[in-house]
Amino acid sequence: MKIFRIIRKNVKDAFKSIFRNFSLSMASVSCTSITLILVSIALLVTYNVNSITRSIEDVLTIIVFVDKNATDQDIENVRFQIESNSNVDKKEVIYRTKEEIKESLSEDEDLKSVFDTLDENPIQSAFVVKVKDLKKITDTANSFKNIPFVKQVKYGESLVNRLLSMFDIIRNACIIACIALILVTAFLIGNTIKITIFARRQEIAIMRLVGTSNTVIRMPFLIEGFVLGFIGAIVPILLTIYGYTFLYDYVGGRLFTDLIVLVKPSEIIYATSLVLLIVGGLVGMFGSLRAVRRYLKI
Amino acid sequence: MEFIELKNVFKVYTNGVSALADVSLSISKGEFVFVIGESGSGKSTLTKLLYREEKPNRGSVYVGGINVAKLRNSNVYKLRRKIGVVFQDFKLLPKLTVYENIAYPLESYGMKSDEIRNRVLKAVERVGLKDKLRSYPNQLSGGEQQRVCIARAIVNEPKLIICDEPTGDLDPKMSKEIMDVLDTINKDLESTIIMATHDKEIVNRMKKRVIYLHNGVLVSDKKKGNYIEDENI
Repeated sequence: MKIFRIIRKNVKDAFKSIFRNFSLSMASVSCTSITLILVSIALLVTYNVNSITRSIEDVLTIIVFVDKNATDQDIENVRFQIESNSNVDKKEVIYRTKEEIKESLSEDEDLKSVFDTLDENPIQSAFVVKVKDLKKITDTANSFKNIPFVKQVKYGESLVNRLLSMFDIIRNACIIACIALILVTAFLIGNTIKITIFARRQEIAIMRLVGTSNTVIRMPFLIEGFVLGFIGAIVPILLTIYGYTFLYDYVGGRLFTDLIVLVKPSEIIYATSLVLLIVGGLVGMFGSLRAVRRYLKI
Repeated sequence: MEFIELKNVFKVYTNGVSALADVSLSISKGEFVFVIGESGSGKSTLTKLLYREEKPNRGSVYVGGINVAKLRNSNVYKLRRKIGVVFQDFKLLPKLTVYENIAYPLESYGMKSDEIRNRVLKAVERVGLKDKLRSYPNQLSGGEQQRVCIARAIVNEPKLIICDEPTGDLDPKMSKEIMDVLDTINKDLESTIIMATHDKEIVNRMKKRVIYLHNGVLVSDKKKGNYIEDENI
């Protein structure tokens, strides 16, 4: 097939050109690598932040303690009022008696010995409530305080709010950094291609004179950009796979506290690597296209 | 309509230099035409208009029935595949062998390699360079390099061959060899050859049609002419 012959020739030309301008190619490959390493870090951080936010959302509940003197009717009344709040999912309202709570806490040996010394169960019965929208948790918790026979309402208050807004900032910063870095990489590869075009200007002039179509003239440069981006992705991919796994094992899958659980390497490293490979290739091609449009006057 | 027709062609470069002024001429299929004149007379511009390296400011340039002045940039390559161009400075790629240089256009058209081989060997035979196929341009003499350039121009068997001072850098003996090659191609392939030159000896010896340009104006057009130096003729 004619098209395959042309593509084969152009792939050959692209590789020839990469090796002919070896030092320059290596310069842009290393720039791409550095950028993609940063992109990889940004991606891994974003993944983890998302996962941590989700896990916090999962464990975050409002505990509504009920007065000891409340009758069954009063308790049902409290349940009804909690469930009628629009930010509460009816299925996520669980009532736990003080005996149940004591039992589950007694699984800890130390606590069990404390309970054993006491005559009376010091724990209050409580409703465990999950909210739909975490950002409205304060309003929801406050509204529970006014329900009769509710003694106390507890939730993570300030910690939650601070953690959530910090995660938002980290996530947004990562996204912005990723976009900026990708643009820089495209620009760098574009510059390399510009120099390749310049080095091959005589060849291009001859190609035009002998009747080579514009598409065929452009193709080796696009392939070259793609290949440069692709090669540039190799080191970041290796670092992602081995680096993240090493880091995960080193900190034991938890960061600072047991609350922050990192995403398992097997769940993200391959997806991230694939993203890096695609981003590298596409960014290279995009940078090259820009250079070809601007500097290849055809 | 003749194979090549220029009608009232004007060309002024962006720096204000007027290269051609109201040039009209026609050339039939299979003709061998010299375009002569002093440096800056518009010879090169005339040849460049034919392969659409330049566009006229006014007038029309017909090659094989197509007005190349109105050809879109993206379609210029189709015209150039039908035209072979020979340059004074050869324009060979130094890192490619003689074979690769000649095969270059055909490869970029996506032709099959055995077809390319046949055509390259045929072209090389015509210019008499069969034993130099594996050499690089810098291992060849000027005359040999020009023959490679001619082989590249004829490898696609074009109906029109344009030569822009092909003997400008060669000594008289090599020039004669090159002219013999071109003359044979003109007769064997029946290609139209248009050659810009100021080599008096060649023009006088070949006895072909001679078009004389002076300051961008067509001054004389003779069927079997000699080199003209007197601008008053």
